[in-house]
Amino acid sequence: MTTNPTITIDGKTVPFREGETLMEAATRAGIYIPHLCHNPEFTPHGSCKLCTVQVNGRNCRACTFPADVGQTVLNDTQELNDTRRTITQMLFVEGNHFCPSCEKSGNCDLQGAAYFLNMLDGHFPYFYPSRQMDASHPDVLLDRDRCIFCELCVRASREVDGKNVFGIAGRGIGNRLVVNSSSGLLKDSELDAGDKATQVCPVGAIIVKHHGFEVPIGERIYDGKPIDEVSLAKEMAMGEGENG
Amino acid sequence: MAKKIKVATTSLAGCFGCHMSFLDIDERILQLAEVAEFDRSPLTDIKHCGDIVDIGLVEGGLCNAENVHTLREFRKHCRTLVAVGACAINGGLPAMRNHIALEECLAEAYLQGVGVDNPHIPNDPELPLLLDRVHPIHEVVKVDYFLPGCPPSADVFWKFLTDLVSGREPSLSYELVHYD
Repeated sequence: MTTNPTITIDGKTVPFREGETLMEAATRAGIYIPHLCHNPEFTPHGSCKLCTVQVNGRNCRACTFPADVGQTVLNDTQELNDTRRTITQMLFVEGNHFCPSCEKSGNCDLQGAAYFLNMLDGHFPYFYPSRQMDASHPDVLLDRDRCIFCELCVRASREVDGKNVFGIAGRGIGNRLVVNSSSGLLKDSELDAGDKATQVCPVGAIIVKHHGFEVPIGERIYDGKPIDEVSLAKEMAMGEGENG
Repeated sequence: MAKKIKVATTSLAGCFGCHMSFLDIDERILQLAEVAEFDRSPLTDIKHCGDIVDIGLVEGGLCNAENVHTLREFRKHCRTLVAVGACAINGGLPAMRNHIALEECLAEAYLQGVGVDNPHIPNDPELPLLLDRVHPIHEVVKVDYFLPGCPPSADVFWKFLTDLVSGREPSLSYELVHYD
């Protein structure tokens, strides 16, 4: 009989399967590692850095780092959560995140992560970047102000919808989500409201129209439950589904 | 009786919603009045801090030169300065004009807007000059604490002030932290 290989996360022994990432092993064990660009349905991207954990003394991204025998992982520590809060603050100041006027408020993962990390301010000077909104599509709104460049829509459109509608162009503060169509507008792309790419945005950058503010304040996802509970419940259920 | 702590408040580029929310502490204001007294505040109509106050609450961001002047003077008089609400913390809804040139904003409001009568851009010397962008207050002065929310609920004010007055490090639980 062979025993499953294990790692430890915050002192807890966690089994892993060959080829699994730290994020996958942790999720299966019911351990929440904060993340935004990670979604178990898609190829890991490793861009938001929120899932930074310490593996044998070095910082790594849990969503892309393979689990291996002998790893001692630190996750829920004051230092790492301070770092994650700083990363989240950077995400807020680099975009235009005006929660009071956003349809996604209360259901937004960026906001949920910030609440979880007890982020009370942006700390850094705000950039207020100038970004173009695209309201051309009859059923889908693209509000670039809220984009955090997680590329979940890019991956969903490519990997699931088979359409390749979205991409990221530019560098640094000039980074922007671009649309693959002759005019560069969403209305001339192949995007449909039912596409996976419209369902995965963790913020309010891609919004399916005609559904704004359907859920009243107090009943939205993160009004009652913190993101660790919400995320684990969702992603552990997805994992169980995969394993039959 | 112990000396009462002094609380001052000011509203910059805000909507007074945070002040209204503060007053939503309702009858608890009587308990607060036992240990604290208001100095400069729109609630007392005192225009300048008399001396050094213990806690200064700032609602609103900075949209004009007068806001900056008021904030700097306020900071000098407050031992502890608190940014209250979305506008003070990240500019809030007024900052949604930040990607529009100031000239365009003024033209839309005073020259081309629907129903504008006698179109001209107000230029009375009494009017404070607008900043080209709206800024949160931490970009201009040192801020000691932040109370997020649009507005922060009355319970946020209550928890924060009771913590501070009791000598505890203020902390807001999950339910009390929201940005809308």
